[in-house]
Amino acid sequence: MHAVEVNQHPGLNLTQHSDVHVPKNATVIFGFWIFLMSDMVFFGLMFAIYITMIGATADGPGPKELFDFTSLALQTGALLLSSLTAGMALLVLKYNQRQRTMVLWLLATLILGLTFLTLEVRDFIAMFAMDAGPWRSGYLSAFFGLVPLHGLHVTMGCLWLVVLLIQLSIFGMVPKLKTRFMRFALFWHFLDLIWIGIFSIVYFGAWTYG
Amino acid sequence: MTYQDIFGRLTLDALPFTAFIRAPSVNEAVASTAASIVVVGALTVLFLLTRYRLWGPLWRDWLTSTDHKKIGIMYIVFSLVMMTRGVIEGVVMRTQQAFGLDGGFLQPDHFAQLFSTHGTIMIFFVAMPFVAGFINYVMPLQIGARDVAFPVMNQISLGLTVASGVMLMVSLVVGKFSTGGWSAYPPYTGAAFNPGVGPDYWIWAIVVSGLGTTLSGINFATTIYKMRAPGMTFFRMPLFTWTVVCSSILMVFALPPLSVAALLLGLDRYLDFHFFTNDLGGNMMNYANLFWLFGHPEVYLLVLPAYGMFSEVFATYSAKRLYGYTSLVIATMSIAVLSFTVWLHHFFTMGQSALINAAFGIATMLIAIPTGVKVYDWMATMYRGRIRISVPMIYGIGFLVLFVIGGLTGVILANPTIDYQVHNSLFLVAHFHNVLIPGVLFGLLAGYNYWFPKAFGFRLNERLGRRSAFLWIAGFSLTFFPLYFVGLMGMPRRSFSYTDPAFVPYMIVAVLGAFCIFSALITILVQLKVSIKERDQNRVPIGDPWDARTLEWSIPAPPPEYNFALLPQVRERDEFAMAKIEGRAYAAEGDYEDIEVPKNTPIGFVLCVLSGVWMFALVWWIWWLAALATALIILAVILWTFDIDNEHVIPAADVRKAHEAWLEQIRLTKPVDRDHEADPSNQGLAKTELEG
Amino acid sequence: MDNKEQYLRDLRTYVYGFLLAVVLTVAAFWAALGSGWAPGTVLSVVGFLGLIQLSVHLRYFLHIDRSRQQREDLDLILFTSLVVLIIVLGTIWVLGNLHERMHMHM
Repeated sequence: MHAVEVNQHPGLNLTQHSDVHVPKNATVIFGFWIFLMSDMVFFGLMFAIYITMIGATADGPGPKELFDFTSLALQTGALLLSSLTAGMALLVLKYNQRQRTMVLWLLATLILGLTFLTLEVRDFIAMFAMDAGPWRSGYLSAFFGLVPLHGLHVTMGCLWLVVLLIQLSIFGMVPKLKTRFMRFALFWHFLDLIWIGIFSIVYFGAWTYG
Repeated sequence: MTYQDIFGRLTLDALPFTAFIRAPSVNEAVASTAASIVVVGALTVLFLLTRYRLWGPLWRDWLTSTDHKKIGIMYIVFSLVMMTRGVIEGVVMRTQQAFGLDGGFLQPDHFAQLFSTHGTIMIFFVAMPFVAGFINYVMPLQIGARDVAFPVMNQISLGLTVASGVMLMVSLVVGKFSTGGWSAYPPYTGAAFNPGVGPDYWIWAIVVSGLGTTLSGINFATTIYKMRAPGMTFFRMPLFTWTVVCSSILMVFALPPLSVAALLLGLDRYLDFHFFTNDLGGNMMNYANLFWLFGHPEVYLLVLPAYGMFSEVFATYSAKRLYGYTSLVIATMSIAVLSFTVWLHHFFTMGQSALINAAFGIATMLIAIPTGVKVYDWMATMYRGRIRISVPMIYGIGFLVLFVIGGLTGVILANPTIDYQVHNSLFLVAHFHNVLIPGVLFGLLAGYNYWFPKAFGFRLNERLGRRSAFLWIAGFSLTFFPLYFVGLMGMPRRSFSYTDPAFVPYMIVAVLGAFCIFSALITILVQLKVSIKERDQNRVPIGDPWDARTLEWSIPAPPPEYNFALLPQVRERDEFAMAKIEGRAYAAEGDYEDIEVPKNTPIGFVLCVLSGVWMFALVWWIWWLAALATALIILAVILWTFDIDNEHVIPAADVRKAHEAWLEQIRLTKPVDRDHEADPSNQGLAKTELEG
Repeated sequence: MDNKEQYLRDLRTYVYGFLLAVVLTVAAFWAALGSGWAPGTVLSVVGFLGLIQLSVHLRYFLHIDRSRQQREDLDLILFTSLVVLIIVLGTIWVLGNLHERMHMHM
């Protein structure tokens, strides 16, 4: 039964194990990739603005005073681990293993995502308490323009996942839902990719340089 | 609960009529008249729809349709409505400046609103939807596809664009629009200098329509990459489709900077951020940088599809293969990439070093090279061709002459030292109108006359079309050439008044030109009306009235919902032309199959209404309504995703029946040669004069 | 069974990717917080590690590679990177120059 694996699109391919109509599937996922690339430009711009505003602290708190690196490490860990669990869920999907296993992996992803968000919001609240909100300076505006934007994406990802799980329980694993799970996984991995930029540039870059 | 809790900052003072009643003046009369036209216009449309019982058909056949052809037509209708307003505003501004020596009849604030809305409307709600409409209609037909990749998302894009356009109309009646120009530079548009609603209208209209355009770009790019007919390799695609590839790349990558700029300005205004403020470390130069990161690619986003349309027009009406196809493709791609490297030429005077200015100046001049290649290719296409001077060709020739002048003034402006002299003067205004009107608008109007019979099944009136084309050319030249001179004499742009009497003669010529343009627009509307009236003499049901070359002409006019009864097998570039030459056009054999088409859905319309409410609520600080609209938008999208069975099937037998009836009609139709193209005898079957 | 073999191969891809990402992340945290190097060195090391981690994620989680992809997918990603590079570096160049001429710290 083994055939040469042909990739239809970037990302995990379901190939011959799938009953999804392949050309249609490839079209939808390719379109989603273009969306991700557009979003990448969006983030790229926010990074560029952040870099130009690192010095604009207006005598307020700067990167040296603000960051909680323990929390950052935990957030990074949660997000990285959730990328693995999302990947595991997709493997279950690809090899038509038990649906319950997949749901468990996805629930783990959801919990890790929510953990990440909780930690992030706690950080923001702590910063607000120090009068270090976006109202304080251009630098903090740039910080709060970029990091919560990523957080908003994670929130949307969590909401999406919940909706998908509900749809799974209603419709079962129909072909259309399969491509939705694949797109969700791409989205989730993409957010982890952005996070690398955030801890490298927003936190370490500014902390070292600012 | 207080008044503010319910209505935010919305009061009766927001209506222009209130101001007119309290303190009547010419200025307020103009504002009130404009507002009344919007209100009366809207009421008339509602009345007529009810009177002729058109609500049902409108809902079933148009508003809920996911057919790319209908969505394309709706885009173009919307754009024509907005164009009427934009042109009228242009005429009012020219009139003001003609009387503008030491005064005029408008208040400065009102004049500022006029140029802000004029720019915003013409770019975002005329040029963009016009282009998007043509891409929607023509591109899938040219590549032999049955629909775009994401039909429902297409409908949503339209909904978002229309909702934002409606916001601009609402701003005429409720409150005031921004006075910050179409580029809305802070800190002037920031909360400190402009606490009113004007900039907020601008921000949300830009953000929402920008989202719609980005989604459109994703849709078009995916369609071209993944849905071409069998055999349609990249280098067999018609040139218009090639320009759409580049244009959609620009939509996907160049719209984010605009969305970012507008959203950050919104954060500054609403949530006390400091991206672009004067104090606390804000940096307004970041805004200029962001805005033009979008602004320059935007110009090419608009003009490339127009180049594509001209390429089709020149080849068709010269009955020749497009000259230098490969060089045109390479030139198009180079322009698309180069357009990302020149944004700084919009702010040479911002204060960066001479080295940076020089680098961007050179990059800007480089764009002239691929553009020059194109101009020569088009002329070579016409050389020794079987040329018919039809309406699209009049626009085309007008374009070649006028656009080259506009391009050359662009090269002049690309030199930073000269730019320092003419920056912010009417010279610049003349330059960009000189590329946008002969370049973009003439292209779109040529395309309108060229593809209209395909979309509606009858030709447009040729005589009125010519008249309109000549009026556009004359009107443009009269209006904008004088502006070059006053610009060089030192008249700043956007001035409602001036003190130098030497400007007056030029301003009077310009206002005459503006009325010429206005009559050109009226002539187009009359042409449409007359053509509809005499449509029975001008029907072209076979679908190929111009002996054209590309796949969209190989199907009936208007095309069936599924476009192609049999998916074409593409063997050559200009497949349909070659099929006619080799005598294999209109073949009947082939396997008919069941065709899946998307069902109608109201989601686009629902999102249009909800996003409109959302924008209005944000502009007027009606927070409960904004929150409610946000929740409803999310809910609507989620509920829509639960509808997973959203396609219906057209049985193969029906497809075969319709197709065979059309083929039978072809057998009964007499082909016409090119001398009778504009006669009633032209029923859309060409006696081909093409040669291999 | 082929299926099983392929499954294990895919599984290994994810696990290797995860382990690599963890190592790189930890290295970046250490370089920034624990190494005590000069700021310039830290910046380059963190930037370099970040770039490697980006490619690890692309390779192991998003399954992008040079050999198997259809050309247009890779073209898309490369073109986007080009645009992002032009935009980001251009912005930093222009705004950095303005800051310098205004004697402001960026």
